Amino acid sequence: MQRHPENPISIEMSRRQILKTAALIVSFGTGAIQSEGDAQIALAVPSDAASGSAPAAKPVDPGLVDSFLAMHPDGSVTIYTGKVDIGTGLRIAIRQMAAEELGLSTDRIALVEGDTALTPDQGSTGGSTGLTRGGLEVRKAAATARDVLLRLAAQRLQIPVEQLALVNGRIGRAEGSESKTNTRVPSKDIPVSELLSDSARVDLKVDFHANLKHHLALQVIGRPIPRPDIPAKCTGGERYVQDLTLPNMLHARVIRPASIEAKLLAVDETPLRGIPGARVVRVENFLAVTAKDEWAAIRASRALKATWSDAATLPGSQDLEKHVREMPIAAEETIVERGDSAAGIRGATKQMAATYFWPCQSHGSLGPSCAVADVRDGGATIWTSSQGTHHMRVSFSKIFGLDVDKVRVIYLDGAGSYGGNGNDDAAADAVLISKTVGQPVRVQWMRHDEHGWDPKGPQQLIDLRAGVDRYGRIVAWETEMWVPAMLGPTGTIPLLAPAEAGIAQPSGQWPGMIAQNGDPPYLMQHLKAVAHRTQTTPLRPSHLRAPGKVANTFAVECFTDELAADAGTDPVTYRELGLSDFRAIDVLRRAASMIGWKNRPSPNPSAKRDGLLIGRGIAYTHYKQSENYIATAMEVAVDPASGKITVQRVTCAHDCGLVVNPDSLQNQIEGSILQTISRTLHEEVKFDRSRVTSVDWAGYPILRFPEAPIVTVALIDRPEMPMLGAGEASCAPVAAALGNAVFDATGVRLRAVPFTPDKVKAALDKAAREKASPA
Amino acid sequence: MAAYKFQVNGRAVTVESWDPAQPLLYVLRNTLNLHAAKFGCGLAQCGACTVLVDGEATRSCVTTIKQVAGRAVVTPEGLGTPEKPDPIQAAFIAEQAAQCGYCTSGMIMSVKGLLEKESRPTTDQIKAALAGNLCRCGTYVRILRAVQRVVREG
Repeated sequence: MQRHPENPISIEMSRRQILKTAALIVSFGTGAIQSEGDAQIALAVPSDAASGSAPAAKPVDPGLVDSFLAMHPDGSVTIYTGKVDIGTGLRIAIRQMAAEELGLSTDRIALVEGDTALTPDQGSTGGSTGLTRGGLEVRKAAATARDVLLRLAAQRLQIPVEQLALVNGRIGRAEGSESKTNTRVPSKDIPVSELLSDSARVDLKVDFHANLKHHLALQVIGRPIPRPDIPAKCTGGERYVQDLTLPNMLHARVIRPASIEAKLLAVDETPLRGIPGARVVRVENFLAVTAKDEWAAIRASRALKATWSDAATLPGSQDLEKHVREMPIAAEETIVERGDSAAGIRGATKQMAATYFWPCQSHGSLGPSCAVADVRDGGATIWTSSQGTHHMRVSFSKIFGLDVDKVRVIYLDGAGSYGGNGNDDAAADAVLISKTVGQPVRVQWMRHDEHGWDPKGPQQLIDLRAGVDRYGRIVAWETEMWVPAMLGPTGTIPLLAPAEAGIAQPSGQWPGMIAQNGDPPYLMQHLKAVAHRTQTTPLRPSHLRAPGKVANTFAVECFTDELAADAGTDPVTYRELGLSDFRAIDVLRRAASMIGWKNRPSPNPSAKRDGLLIGRGIAYTHYKQSENYIATAMEVAVDPASGKITVQRVTCAHDCGLVVNPDSLQNQIEGSILQTISRTLHEEVKFDRSRVTSVDWAGYPILRFPEAPIVTVALIDRPEMPMLGAGEASCAPVAAALGNAVFDATGVRLRAVPFTPDKVKAALDKAAREKASPA
Repeated sequence: MAAYKFQVNGRAVTVESWDPAQPLLYVLRNTLNLHAAKFGCGLAQCGACTVLVDGEATRSCVTTIKQVAGRAVVTPEGLGTPEKPDPIQAAFIAEQAAQCGYCTSGMIMSVKGLLEKESRPTTDQIKAALAGNLCRCGTYVRILRAVQRVVREG
C-alpha cells in the first residue's frame, strides 16, 4: 500500500493508519457466543501497535459484524459499507439505520464507504440496493452487536436483558419501559468499553435474523436528518476524485479512436514540441498523452496527430428503429404468459396496436469521468467514483495481470453517474497508463470522451397489441420488445482500454434489467410479454438509471391511455378498474388529487389557453412489478406554433414502504422526475456510421433551469412494510405521464422520444392535415 | 515562464504559466489548490467552473490566465466555510439543495453574480440567471427554493 503523507487529502489512510487512529476498536467475538451465554468481546488492539508486527487486517467478510462496524471506547461508531453514496443520500440513511439499533445519534457515527481494503463487498451500488441490501446488512450487524452487548451487560448487572437499553455508548435499565426503545438510561449504567476484555479476537457472525427495532419504536429512522455531505459540497470543501493529487503524479488525456473499432495507423509526435513534459503513451490502438501539468496534457492531446483506419460499423441513429427490428436475435424470452393472448385479441370486440420507441441515451454525467491509479509492485491503488469498487478490484486484477491481494480500490465522490457511465473506463485508462509509465496517473476524460464513449442506455423498440371488449376494457394484451441480450458473466461491460490495447478481457453485454415493466400492471384475462434479445446493439450498453423501465412504462402506460381514450373513459378511472392492490390505487388517487384531476376522458375539450394547448396526464408503475408503487401526474402546455412543450406542474405519490429519511428521499424523487423529463423532452444520442456525433451539451442538450416545473411529492410512509429502494423507481412513470399530458393537450399521440419541438410540430401539422382531409 | 498578478478571494497572487492561453480553471485547481470550481465541459456550456471575475459570474474554463491579470477572482472558497457559510451557501444547505454536488459550486457563484447586480430578483430572473448552469441530478427545484430563501431573508 503506498502512502503519501504529504498529500493534503488524507484519503489514503492505510489499514494501519486507520487502526492507529482509532486506538481501540471493539471487536465482536463469537467463538464463545456460539455457546450461548458465554459471550465475550475482544478488545482488538491493533497487533502492529502492540507488537510492531504486520498491521492487523480489518475484516471485510460480509458475514462478520467487525466488517461492518467498529465501536470506539467513547461510544462512537464507525460504519464500513461497500455501497457508495453517489449523491443519493446513503451516507445519512445508512447512518440512521445503524443509529437506530445502536441507540446513537447519527453525528456520532463515522462512515467509510467503497474502500475495498476496509469495507465488505455488498455488491455494486445499483438497482436501488443501497439501503435494501447495503443499509439492511449494516443494520443487522448493528443489531447483532447491540444484542451481544446487552446480553453481556445483563450478566454483569444481573438485570434481565429485556429491561436493558444501549444508549449513547452506555447500557443500563431502560427507565419505565421493558423495551429497548427508551432513550433515558438510569445512573446505574455501564459504558460499553467496560464490557470488553482484551482477550484474543474472535469473530462474531452477523445474525441475519437479528432482532430489528419494531417499527413503532423507531426514533432515528423516518426523520429528515440533513445530509452530512451537503455543507462541504456547498462550500467547496468536498473532495472529489477529480480533486485528488498524488506526489509524482502525471496528468493524462486519452485519445480515443476517430471511429469505433478504428485501428491506430500512425502517430506524429512533432506537434508536441514546445508543450512542457508532454509524452505519448501507446499500447497497440490505445493512445494517450501524459504531462506533469494538466493543461500541457490537454494541449498535447489536441496537438497530437494520429492517423486512424476507417471504420464504419454502426447503422447510424437516423433509422435506428428500422435497424433494430432487423437485428439478429440471440435469445427469445417470455417475460410473462397468461391465457391465450393471440386468441384473446382475435376474439375481442376491438383490436388496437401501436409501436413505441426509445432512443439510445447517455448518462450525461456533469463531470466527465476521472480516476487516479498508482500501479506498482504487481499491485495497484485505484481511486474512482465507480459504483462497483469491489467488482473493479477483482476484474481489473485479472485483466491487467495484477495480484488481487495487492489491489485496493477506493471510492471517492464524482459527478453523479446514474448507472454505468465512463467511470470504470477512466479507471482502466489510468491503470493501463500508470502500469506503462510507472508513475501515479490521473486520467480526466474530456466532455467529448464522456458523451462519445460512456456506455449507453440502449434503444428500446416496443410493439403493443390489445383487444378490448364492448365497454373498452382490456381482454388481452401482447408486448413484444427488442432489447439487447444479456451476454457473458453478470455485469460484464467490456472496457475500452483493454479492447484498444489488445488485452484479453471477458466479452459480454449487460444493459441492466431492461425487460422489466414491459407487461401492464392491470388485471386482464390474456397477457403475453416477450423480449427479442438482440445479439448486438450499436453502442456498447450499460445500465442507465431505472434500466429499461422508463421506456417500458412509457410504452405500456401510454398505450393504456390510448385504450382509455378510445373507450371514452377517464384515464384514472380506467386504470383503477384494472387494479386491486390498495397501495396501487392509493398512489394513483393521490397523484391525481394533488394535481386537481377532473374526471373526463382525454383529449382535453378546452385545451386552448392564451395561444397554448393545456393538458394533463397520469401514469402508474409498480416498479419491477414487485417493488415501489408510484403514480405521477403532470400538466403541460404545448405551443402549437413552435411545438415546444413546457411541463408546468408535476405531482408524484410514492410508496416505497418504510421511509428512512423523507427529505433525502424527496430529493431523489424530485431529481428522478426532472432527469426523466429531460430524457423525454431532449435526449437522444446521435451517431453516424462511424462514431457518436452528439459529443457536447449543444449536441446532447439536457433540461435547463428555466424548464424546471413545480414538483409536489407525497411520500406514503408505511413503516410496517419492508423498505424498498427508491433511488430510481420514480423515473419510471415520468415519460408516460408526459406523453399522456401532451395527448390530452393536443389530441396527438407521441410514441417516440425525445419530444423535441420540431418533432412535436411535425406531428401536430400531420394530424391537422389528416383531420382536414381524412384518408 | 510569464508571471500573472491578480487577486483571488481578496488575496494578491502571482502565478506563473507556460501558456498565456491556459484557462483560469486549471490555475485555480492545480496551481492554487482551490478545487471548488469544477471541470465540466471546457466549452462554457455547463457552468460547473463558474467563478466571479470583478464581480461578474464567469466561466473559468474559457477565461485565460492572461485575461484575469490585474483582476479580482472570487471562488466558492472565498465565500464561506461549513462552520461559517455565507448566506447563499447557508440557504443551499438549509434547503439541502444538492445531490452529487458537482454543479453546486458553479450554481452558487452564478447566484452570487446575480445578487450582486439584483438583490431582489424575481423567480424568472433567478431562472434566467441560472439557465447556463446545468444540473444532471435534477435539483433545480431545490436550488430555486434556496435562492428564494436568500432573497426572502435578505
